[in-house]
Amino acid sequence: MVKEIERAGIPVVHVCTVVPISLTVGANRIVPAIAIPHPLGNPALSKEDEKELRRSIVLRALKALETEVDGQTVFEK
Amino acid sequence: MRLELGNIFIKDVQFGDVTKVEKGTLYVNKTELLEAVSGDPRLTKIEIDIAKPGEETRIMPVKDVIEPRVKVEGPGGIFPGMISKVDVVGSGKTNALKGVAVVTAGKIVGFQEGIIDMSGPGAKYTPFSKTQNIVIVCTPVENLQQHEHEQAVRMVGLKAAAYIGEAGKNITPDEVKVYETPTLMKGMEQYPNLPRVAYVYMLQTQGLLHDTYVYGVDAKKIVPTLIYPTEVMDGAIVSGNCVSACDKNPTYNHLNNPIIEDLYERHGKDFNFVGVIITNENVTLADKERSSNWTAKLAEYLNLDAVIISEEGFGNPDTDLMMNCKKISAKGIKTVLVTDEYAGRDGASQSLADADKSADAVVTAGNANEIISLPPMKKVIGYLEPADIIAGGFSGSLKEDGSIVAELQVITGSTSEIGFNTLSAAEY
Amino acid sequence: MIRVVHYINQFYGGIGGEEKADVKPEIREGVVGPGMALKAALGAEAEIVATVICGDSYFNENIEEASAAILEMVKRYNPDLFIAGPAFNAGRYGVACGSVCKAVKDNLNIPVITGMFIGNPGVDMFKKDIYIIETANAATGMRQAIPAIAKLALKLAKNEDIGMPKEEGYIPRGVRKNIFKSERGSKRAVDMLVAKLKGEKFETEYPMPDFDRVAPNPPVADMKKAKIAFVTSGGIVPKGNPDRIESSSASKYGKYDLTGVNDLTAETYETAHGGYDPTYANIDADRVLPVDVMRDLEKEGVIGELHRYYYSTVGNGTSVANAKKFAETFAQELIKDGVQAVILTST
Repeated sequence: MVKEIERAGIPVVHVCTVVPISLTVGANRIVPAIAIPHPLGNPALSKEDEKELRRSIVLRALKALETEVDGQTVFEK
Repeated sequence: MRLELGNIFIKDVQFGDVTKVEKGTLYVNKTELLEAVSGDPRLTKIEIDIAKPGEETRIMPVKDVIEPRVKVEGPGGIFPGMISKVDVVGSGKTNALKGVAVVTAGKIVGFQEGIIDMSGPGAKYTPFSKTQNIVIVCTPVENLQQHEHEQAVRMVGLKAAAYIGEAGKNITPDEVKVYETPTLMKGMEQYPNLPRVAYVYMLQTQGLLHDTYVYGVDAKKIVPTLIYPTEVMDGAIVSGNCVSACDKNPTYNHLNNPIIEDLYERHGKDFNFVGVIITNENVTLADKERSSNWTAKLAEYLNLDAVIISEEGFGNPDTDLMMNCKKISAKGIKTVLVTDEYAGRDGASQSLADADKSADAVVTAGNANEIISLPPMKKVIGYLEPADIIAGGFSGSLKEDGSIVAELQVITGSTSEIGFNTLSAAEY
Repeated sequence: MIRVVHYINQFYGGIGGEEKADVKPEIREGVVGPGMALKAALGAEAEIVATVICGDSYFNENIEEASAAILEMVKRYNPDLFIAGPAFNAGRYGVACGSVCKAVKDNLNIPVITGMFIGNPGVDMFKKDIYIIETANAATGMRQAIPAIAKLALKLAKNEDIGMPKEEGYIPRGVRKNIFKSERGSKRAVDMLVAKLKGEKFETEYPMPDFDRVAPNPPVADMKKAKIAFVTSGGIVPKGNPDRIESSSASKYGKYDLTGVNDLTAETYETAHGGYDPTYANIDADRVLPVDVMRDLEKEGVIGELHRYYYSTVGNGTSVANAKKFAETFAQELIKDGVQAVILTST
């Protein structure tokens, strides 16, 4: 899906746990997530800390969307 | 480690007054069996039925399939860490009731679980249409949490298999097969000129209904490690129930892992079968990296020349498979992979979620997305209703007359990624 | 009697060479040129009722009009089977044969077949859609190509089982089909392992695919004004899964309104995905689709707005072709709705 959205002309960031699959399917902007059943959360944390964690991933995704890339890029930080 | 596996061929199963094996017939005392499996307050009802090959019977939703076995000589008991104490198993003598299986079924736990048809077109895709099945249908208390439900049913299946297996303890087996794996040094001395081969055994460990247990430990919590192949034959590895039904290994398949059997078959002739590396398929990338690093490291450590790697499941585990393949190949060790495919209902889509150039020797167990039509059956053990929602089913899968049109995915054991079946796929 | 319409270019139609490549399509009763040999190969079961002839340049420069015109001509003869070429290594002829075959198959719903050299550009364009018999690279291979085409054409017309590419002589179409082999999978794996160890030849049962790539789009210039949309393959749906998206091998996606939704709760949202432990997403679906955080960022002015709708499907066992189709459809809606960027979350 990510590739078709990109092909349609809309910049897209893929937030996912299994970065290698994302690289294989051809996403250009990739933000690594936490775990497959909870990519943007961590049930082990308190509700507040978990939301803070989620916010940091979303902010990284937004940063990726604001960044010029010339090929597949994984935004680790 | 050396195991004598005694096969007792069972041609018929009947209920009887005493649980025993006599002239190829297994008699089961229903009351005693019920006693052996009951006691869990999480289950309100346990029913037992028999399904035989050729009957017009459908069993669903199937959770696990287990072969009854019993330890005859040597340390430990069957299913260590689950039923028996955690003694090291895999040596001495074990008897197996061949041609019989315990099948657990009943109200759906989550989304998934599978179908076994004892006759008709579905029967040729599942190995369990050829076994005499003692089916145990469990009904949970209302609102039982899914993990609890799964665990309760899992234990019922293992207890039942252990109880029935006891009937084979004092029987002289019809056939005895000897499997032996020496220590590393001995093996090298014995076969100095043969290439060294191991089996990388991937266990699905993705959570509810996608788990596997090793000596009672949830395999998602292990780092890859070594196990003697014969330990597996004594039930050191059991299934945390089956999802997707087609390519999650039921406990029966672990006990009878055909890759282990076929590697033993040519051990000492074409290669030296050194042993088994078990690894997991976890849900974080760090886990995937760590585990695949570790399998590659162990493969190197064992001085291997080649490995067979089998996957369990599909989707993100395809990445675990590719990581294992890539990292082991990078050590100069040859690889052969066993997987199945999700190429779409028309077969025109890409089969695996991940790919790597090093994966140049792949055995496929077929396209799980292919559509299959299952005619209505005279008898249903369990419930038909989940047909629309089990993995591989879709809205409208279940027809009014009781027939089911769904993907092959719904059939228990149909695209076994440990190569249990002859099914494959080819490009047309 | 199986009624056949045959398609050839201006050269094989006897009209002329390159200088006549711009002639418009025409249809003639009966056989023309290579149709003679084809007629003989088809035998008594089939009859070539008409032959379409079109200039290669004309076709390739006017693909839509030419296809439409040819389709009309073919329809009038009410055929059961359509055969084009063979085109050998002629590029424009190959593209024409492929295009016309696909148009006939899609519109008239009858079997179609053509023949080409493996290097013909028409092969890569159409091998997934139609049967293409592999031919030599020049017309000297006509004598081998015609019987192969005729044989498979008759099978297609009679709706018989089609064998593997090697047996039938067609170019593999990238379609995976289940077959039973004589040995179980584990034995095949051990055999393959031994062959690989000995350096002997072996044949993989699943060759690795090539992946295509799309160039990245320029970044969002002003995030404070941007409209961002959510898409997920994690199966997050309103509680009760109103569209009944399948837990595996999804055949559809859902489009859901987030108006007034500031937080996804256990009471309002859940996952339809059957490939992972659903407990965590069912308790708090924000863990897959971070609506709560996006609403905060919207209020704080970090982003312009969160798009009113989100799109959701289940990535579990869902074919790449389906996923591609879903995204092609909703990407157009996203563009129409003025969405500047997408956050796609996967489990």
